Amino acid sequence: MNITSIVLAGVGGQGILLASRITSRASVLAGYDVKLNEVHGMAQRGGSVIAQIRYGKEVYSPLVCKGGARVLMALEQVEALRYADYLAPEGLATVSDQTILPVTVSSGKAVYPSDIYARLQRVFRNLQYIPAADIAAELGNSRAANTVLLGAMSKGLDLETDCWHQAIAECLKPATTDMNIQAFNRGRNI
Amino acid sequence: MKKILTGNEAIARGAYEAGITVATGYPGTPSTEILESATAYRDSMYLEWSPNEKVAFEVAAAASMTGARSIVTMKHVGLNVAADPLMTFSYTGAVGGFIACVADDPGQHSSQNEQDTRHYARFAKIPVLEPASSQDASDFMKYGIELSEKFSVPVILRTTTRVSHSSGLVELKDRIDSLKPLAFEKNPQRFTPLPAWGRILRRQVEERLSLLGKEASQSPMNRIERGNGKLGIIAPGIAYLYVKEAFPEASVLKLGFSYPFPDDLIREFADGVEQVLVVEELENFLEDHIRAMGIPCEGKKYVPVCGELDPQTVRNVKIRLEGGEPETPVTLPEVSDLPARPPMLCAGCPHRGIFYALGKFDVIVTGDIGCYSLGVFPPLSRIDTILCMGGGISMAHGMEKAGEKRSVVGIVGDSTFFHSGITGLLDIVYNKGKSTIIVVDNRTTAMTGHQDHPGTGRTLMNEPTYAASIEELGRACGIRRIVTINPYDLENTIDVLRDELSAGEPSLIVSRAPCILKEKSGIGLPFTVDQDKCRQCKACLKLGCPAIEFREDEVRINTKLCTGCGMCAQTCRFAAITRQNEERKA
Repeated sequence: MNITSIVLAGVGGQGILLASRITSRASVLAGYDVKLNEVHGMAQRGGSVIAQIRYGKEVYSPLVCKGGARVLMALEQVEALRYADYLAPEGLATVSDQTILPVTVSSGKAVYPSDIYARLQRVFRNLQYIPAADIAAELGNSRAANTVLLGAMSKGLDLETDCWHQAIAECLKPATTDMNIQAFNRGRNI
Repeated sequence: MKKILTGNEAIARGAYEAGITVATGYPGTPSTEILESATAYRDSMYLEWSPNEKVAFEVAAAASMTGARSIVTMKHVGLNVAADPLMTFSYTGAVGGFIACVADDPGQHSSQNEQDTRHYARFAKIPVLEPASSQDASDFMKYGIELSEKFSVPVILRTTTRVSHSSGLVELKDRIDSLKPLAFEKNPQRFTPLPAWGRILRRQVEERLSLLGKEASQSPMNRIERGNGKLGIIAPGIAYLYVKEAFPEASVLKLGFSYPFPDDLIREFADGVEQVLVVEELENFLEDHIRAMGIPCEGKKYVPVCGELDPQTVRNVKIRLEGGEPETPVTLPEVSDLPARPPMLCAGCPHRGIFYALGKFDVIVTGDIGCYSLGVFPPLSRIDTILCMGGGISMAHGMEKAGEKRSVVGIVGDSTFFHSGITGLLDIVYNKGKSTIIVVDNRTTAMTGHQDHPGTGRTLMNEPTYAASIEELGRACGIRRIVTINPYDLENTIDVLRDELSAGEPSLIVSRAPCILKEKSGIGLPFTVDQDKCRQCKACLKLGCPAIEFREDEVRINTKLCTGCGMCAQTCRFAAITRQNEERKA
């Protein structure tokens, strides 16, 4: 079965749900059947969250197998490592340079890896490391960091640019559409 | 027209299309969004959050008796609470179609236990429907209502977390209203099962079972998909989806209407294959019965009993079935020591104040279910038991009566209090206990997504209404010592606790401050640490606030997370923590 799987990872409250809505909408516009799964409930309490999207001619399972994802997009660095085993060996890892300390670290009980970038390079054969917040700030809106990342991640998939643009227009407030499309294009052109 | 809907949204949509006019429930992950999404159809149906699942069930059951098509929604443990009306409603039967939408949580993503609700269907002798996808969930609501009205039987629609919270394309259809008159028809022999009548109903329930079994064998919710005829897999609910991808060549019996067991269909399927495998999540519900029918089959020999199924687990079933052993996944050193990121109390959460204050006393804390359950984690580590909704109160009484010498404090949230806390308070006073009970009132049902309850003054439909008072209910139960406190004032909270713990009579402390996630107007200018004054004593870290970071031997406050609650400043003996003067940066 020819199914493309995507995993989005991050911290509750970062905007995973919106990214997953845009991606699944783009897949539907491209004519695919799509299934997705998002973790609800605990997400806002700062926990680790993952969303899974699968598209193809006919998709059964909403969950991705370990090693089955064509792309992994991570809004936070440690979360990229935490869910690394979902990515296929030749898959594309699109990772934001964002660090959010878990409470286990901020209270001094655990350690945030000091060599996180080196670890990312060792774990992911195909890595895009994106200073998404900086790029978004350059464009004049720090909230578009996720859309920049989405643009960068989109290069690993076979969905047309038009589908992405229309999905963004449908999923976001009209006032922010243009700016987000700009951010998306910026990421896609890295 | 097709739309991507979560399973829960699809159930709500299906309820609308099936002509439901009454929908009740109590929040519980993963079921909560069913009723929330259904508010989109408020022009066609009455919706309410009830104080608990038993009340919700009774309201919906009576609506059904009056001829209205009704649903009640809850999570699996909620059905434990609603089990009493469920069992007898099976006897009286439904008039207007009735579906109990129950969401199980295999793997316990957000539950204190794991339950297979199909056992309840068998226990109550009523049908259970198991949708695999959002499209199923929507379709089965319509089939469920038809089934319910054809056999006058309440129906359970049982989802799991991955069905409720996964999304897929759903075909939207028009609503078909019921033509039943909305009027209760007097019939005591049916609706009041006193023993003499109940015994007659009991036999009807038994006869109904075999009719339902035949119906299940012919139902469009079940179907045989022929493969190569060697391996035949019976797969209910979401297991079907994983099986289709892991065993593309196998014959499959997809079960959506799994109880009463569709014996004829199962037999027909088994006859057409060489080997029968049952792939079901949680219990060996089907497997046991199929074997009892005399059909050789395997299931739990290869499929885990505990936890949820997923594509990898089902692939491993295939490997084991073929005589192999699944590869143990290799953990790279780069990912083996990652810091955990558990959910935690938000920065500025009022519950933090209570747990911090309790930390000053040698007490046992009987807790309950809600955001405040997170007080069990370090560094607060201030909850000792969690059993069920309302247990926080009754269990404090139980420990005292058992002879526990230390003070025992019971904690419940506001929604939990209205759910099942009042009966515990009555017990303490009536049976001469001395417990100190704290109701942590953050003015909402928080963990499940900020739903209203009888104390908030707002209904599910966002209409203003009477707000029940926790303090007045405490008074009505006979408690004389009732104190209302602001948990952000740590010193006062500690003083009150000291007084109430030594009171020698029942005491109710209402700790009231709105949830900081919901009531954002409570957010003030952030605090900051003066590094010159800070001695790194780490007293502030004992709060476990995610905004306070200890890094490179310095204590810093993350101004992006800090809500300006000021609790950390109160813990500092060196006056090193103060509120910033400037406006926070965007």
